[in-house]
Amino acid sequence: MHIPDGYLGPATCGFFYLIMLPIWTTASRIVKATLNARQVPLLAIGAAFSFVIMMFNVPIPGGTTGHAVGGVLVAILLGPWAACIAITVALVIQALLFGDGGITAIGANCFNMAFALPFTGYYIYRALSYKAPVGSNRRVIAAGIAGYIALNIAAGLSGFVFGIQPLLYKTASGQALYCPYGLNVALPAMLGEHLLVFGWVEAIVTALVIKYLQKHAPELLAEGRKL
Amino acid sequence: MKIISKLWIFIGALIVLSPLGLFLPEHFKAGSAWGEWGVDEMQQLVGYIPKGLEKLSSFWSAPLPDYAFKGWEEKPFVSLSFAYIFSAAIGILICVAAVFIIARLLTKKDK
Repeated sequence: MHIPDGYLGPATCGFFYLIMLPIWTTASRIVKATLNARQVPLLAIGAAFSFVIMMFNVPIPGGTTGHAVGGVLVAILLGPWAACIAITVALVIQALLFGDGGITAIGANCFNMAFALPFTGYYIYRALSYKAPVGSNRRVIAAGIAGYIALNIAAGLSGFVFGIQPLLYKTASGQALYCPYGLNVALPAMLGEHLLVFGWVEAIVTALVIKYLQKHAPELLAEGRKL
Repeated sequence: MKIISKLWIFIGALIVLSPLGLFLPEHFKAGSAWGEWGVDEMQQLVGYIPKGLEKLSSFWSAPLPDYAFKGWEEKPFVSLSFAYIFSAAIGILICVAAVFIIARLLTKKDK
């Protein structure tokens, strides 16, 4: 889901940087207002977790690979704004140091994975676990469903962004300038593989860690201490 | 043991296990992620390299491309695993440092 340099045209890249600017500033403002010094290590662990879980490429035999983002878990533990910052840190370092995701596409990749993903995941989890006791199974299931849906929303968005490129950028002879695959290919490809395989990875990872924390650190799951 | 220490150990375990993310795709003959092909693969897939893509794709030269050392593409799996673990450790170190610096900047101003 890390869109590389060259797949998105300049206007698309600029558009997503422009959208992300107010999101990043709002995230900074909200985290600043609510950040408790004792939560900083957890935020660092969140960024580290998101970074490393994205290195676990899961194969579709004979096909493509994909991975979880871990962002829904971070959002459940620290709130969606803090998760946005943690995942942005991971994505920027992946792009700069490891060439995983383009520099020009940082705005778009952050919109999909550091904004859309933690926010949808967080609110789905909140809705499904509404008034559920901290130790209940409903929370584990809610976390899994939130992870599954949120990763697919992020994948669908990136498929959409890939897919509109041939509509936006073409040479006079009709060749694509950037991503050559239109919506009819990009959207089903991105959504299909995530609905079938990678969404479940995010679901299982999120649910298992919540299950573990219920036993060993239920205080992290209590409401009202979100960043 | 405090939960934060346990979580750090968990992250450490993930770093050591990270080569699974190399081994499994290789073992199951899975290629690149969708939409993350290099220019050569693009040539094979669609028969040409989109002009803008060709220009922009070399826009940035990352110091540890694809979580490996430059020029290590043909190295044996053990070496690549080592580079992968090294990359995970370095990346996480920088992630953690970045979060602490951001937190410092955000909390400092009003005091």
